[in-house]
Amino acid sequence: MGNILDILGGIFLVVGSLSLLIASIGIYRMPDFYNRIQVGTKASTFGLLLIVVGVALISPITWIGKLIALMLFVLFTNPISSHVIARAAYFTKVPFTKETKVDKLHDVISEGHMKKVKNNG
Amino acid sequence: MKNYALMFLTLITFWVLLNSSVDPEVLVIGSGVSLLVSLIFCAKCDVFSEINFTPKAIVATVMFIVTFVSALVRANLSITKRVLSPSLPLNPGIVQVKTKLKSKVGRMVLANAITLTPGTFTLEIDGENLYIHWVDVKSGDQEESTKEIVSGFEKYLELMYG
Repeated sequence: MGNILDILGGIFLVVGSLSLLIASIGIYRMPDFYNRIQVGTKASTFGLLLIVVGVALISPITWIGKLIALMLFVLFTNPISSHVIARAAYFTKVPFTKETKVDKLHDVISEGHMKKVKNNG
Repeated sequence: MKNYALMFLTLITFWVLLNSSVDPEVLVIGSGVSLLVSLIFCAKCDVFSEINFTPKAIVATVMFIVTFVSALVRANLSITKRVLSPSLPLNPGIVQVKTKLKSKVGRMVLANAITLTPGTFTLEIDGENLYIHWVDVKSGDQEESTKEIVSGFEKYLELMYG
């Protein structure tokens, strides 16, 4: 101990786990699906990245290559998977919370202005 | 040709990263397999053909990463504040924004970046229109939301993906 990298890595790990904790509290507290997936995506991506950086700082030589690859994969795939889940939820008409103010997508679909043809039953 | 070379470089980079060694046998096996894979599967890798490699584009890439990381940190600070405040301040809605980007990869990166930045989430892309779920809708107006959400990333992505 006493190694500066160890301490820094530990700080990153703690902040990352706090971020994941916030994500879980957020998922519990948010009123509807769309707000939940927002919190889930952002906080979990950020928390995971921080934890990966923390591990990379603690044992740089053996792990850094794999961890960089891991960070890239997470950054590219995590938003895409959430987007696909949210999109599927929207088109299967998962309800919104009452506080929702505007829904431009609904207006566009009901007016038939969508360029692509949707078959969402 | 450029596509094959870029595919090969991507594959060999990941191979070296995952092996975390540059021993001769690792490099020989990796480059052999990467060459084979890129020759077989890269008849039309149009993912790579849209990326620019001018010096300006490389500067824009660095600036994009800086903007993105700062936006990611801000996103998490705002989410933390929102989640932990007892009144749970929310003003959600779906807004429509327009992008000037033409390339498919550019739009994909833009949508990903929007998903990871404060309070916004890409719900659907239809050509140049992006439909975004916004936790705190400031205005339903299309131009204002475009300015607020998209333009920060767009100016760099325009340089990166022609």
